[in-house]
Amino acid sequence: MKLKKKIPLIDQHDRYGFWGSKFGGSFIPETLKKPIEDLTHEFSKLRNNKNFLKKRDFYFRNYIGSPTSFVKLENLSNHLGGAQIWAKVVSEANGGAHKIYNATVHALICKAMGKKYIVGDTGAGYAGKMLSMAAKKFGLKCKIFMGVKDIKRQKPNCDAMRENGAEIVPVYSGSQTLVDAVSECMRYWVSNCDTTHMCVGSTVGPNIFVKICGWSTAQISRELKIQIKQKFKKIPKKIKLINCVGGGSSAYGFWSEFIDFNKSQIELIGVEAGGPKRSKLHAAPLSRNAKIGILHGAASYVCQNNEGQINDTESISAGLDYPGVSPIHCFLKDTKRARYTYATDEDALKAYMMVTKFEKLNPSLEPSHAFAEAIKIAPKLSQDTIIIVNSCGDAKKDRDILRERLGKN
Amino acid sequence: MSSLINKTFSIAKSENRPALLTYTVAGDNTKKKSLEILKSISNYADICELGFPHNTPIADGGQIQTSAYRAIKNGIKINDVFSIAKNFKKVKRNKPIILMGYYNIIFQYNEDKFIKKCKKSKVDGLIVVDLPYPENKAFALKCKKKKINFIQLISPTTSRNRLKQIIRDSHDMIYYISMLSTTGGKLKVSTKKILSEYKKIKKLDKSKYVVIGFGITGKTIKSLKKADGLVVGSAICKEITNSIKKRQNAVINVTNVVKKLKNKIK
Repeated sequence: MKLKKKIPLIDQHDRYGFWGSKFGGSFIPETLKKPIEDLTHEFSKLRNNKNFLKKRDFYFRNYIGSPTSFVKLENLSNHLGGAQIWAKVVSEANGGAHKIYNATVHALICKAMGKKYIVGDTGAGYAGKMLSMAAKKFGLKCKIFMGVKDIKRQKPNCDAMRENGAEIVPVYSGSQTLVDAVSECMRYWVSNCDTTHMCVGSTVGPNIFVKICGWSTAQISRELKIQIKQKFKKIPKKIKLINCVGGGSSAYGFWSEFIDFNKSQIELIGVEAGGPKRSKLHAAPLSRNAKIGILHGAASYVCQNNEGQINDTESISAGLDYPGVSPIHCFLKDTKRARYTYATDEDALKAYMMVTKFEKLNPSLEPSHAFAEAIKIAPKLSQDTIIIVNSCGDAKKDRDILRERLGKN
Repeated sequence: MSSLINKTFSIAKSENRPALLTYTVAGDNTKKKSLEILKSISNYADICELGFPHNTPIADGGQIQTSAYRAIKNGIKINDVFSIAKNFKKVKRNKPIILMGYYNIIFQYNEDKFIKKCKKSKVDGLIVVDLPYPENKAFALKCKKKKINFIQLISPTTSRNRLKQIIRDSHDMIYYISMLSTTGGKLKVSTKKILSEYKKIKKLDKSKYVVIGFGITGKTIKSLKKADGLVVGSAICKEITNSIKKRQNAVINVTNVVKKLKNKIK
């Protein structure tokens, strides 16, 4: 299994859609074969269409607000000693998280395909909120599938979705979290694929959805590469790019431009959700060595039992609370290009407190997992090491959880 | 030698009626009960589909999801599914049984081991919902070598070109999904339209038996009786759910449902 250079990772799959000939693919019911073929065809046309690219860049700049800033976390670095800690503040993007890139691109594709309805899944509520924003912006009718447990714990985002005119479809089946929301959304699409476009909220699902999402979030690293060159004149010798990984869309977007670099120069570190400290449940299929399985139309490392039933997961962060992970991260893991680890709920909360104490930054619980790793390794590293954390979401949505766990707003 | 599935269809044909196929979930609501249900309904059903449950079924509607969750909650394991099939075949040697489910269960069990176990349990056919053509070619071939029917699915969205390829590579039986829906949806296309799509498939190869499924209930079954076979699943799973709720005997109630269905297409 080998990575190719100079080809975007999203395109390094075989004709059946597998990366490294075992991750990804399209395990879908027959009914979805045609709509997925159509979408695949449309996307391959659009991504080479100058007008479409112009449109994308226009909305990325004027609607999403690219580029998001790249800042040094001076106080945190000084406090910890060791490596310099920087942040790519993707949470500045319109709506407050990276999910807006994928949502905007899907809305544009939906328009280009002449469909009027768009549906999507959401866990933390950001994918749903952004899709509802994009739908409103482009005049599309929007339905968001969300687990009942998540509807309760991410209320601010639900309010936003409703304000944008989207319908939230509560999902009561299974564990009532993201995994069930994705299943229900796919079922809805099976029944309505003739009129409706589906947006998968991360780099998961059948092959084409991994590609579209990765293509969209890649904007993050395109910006970052320019910003690094501006700040340091050239790409520094020791960089560590740390990102949380649930489905893995922000991590792929954060890394895509840097995958061709040598790992001794730019290390890629993914941080999964380890769940509560004393719980056996987690959402960390990569770092806790889950077996390969098929979930939501793709083969990836999946938290599951011996029989192939998908395990319940547990994490304080709804956005990372997912038993599977992107096939492209499985590929990065097996080729050893990226390293994956996990942070527990408690680690993430501690990191959140430390970051907010020292910096004018309010990372949501998802990137707080990434900060936990940065805080852990920074003191052991030399001062010429540059740690960059993707602060990919804003903590406004976590208001209730933070109040409950930390007793503050 | 002709397969048991083929023979069953030709018997139904000689009686001038479609074959009736039922779908129940193994272990719903217990291992013992689901075997009893299977034995009892097979007095009226021609072919029994037995679902091996999965907890993230992306193509099933509410009724079958409920049955699957119930079975898993009651501890059904894949080896139990095989033993239900085996015990069923001990008393109903001439009734074809088809296992149906999602690929991850097979993948975790190991494809070859799964097929071997099917053979040992006298399973006649397999339907894998999320392993479409052409990705399923290798697995289908393995099944064929062991004389197990791998049943290809066709939907209203299947293109003509694809249709030809699928039919060419199919075994004895083909499953036509009546409409864009998960299982158990309300029939949203006319039965006339369904039958005309069905005829298009038949025209391409008359030797294949084509069954229609999804959205078939006591209300709609009669108007589709020209087909080679008709599958009823959700309506049966719903009856199990209702019987449990009302604390009635699920075996008797479900058998009555199947008996009525059969009478409508005689």
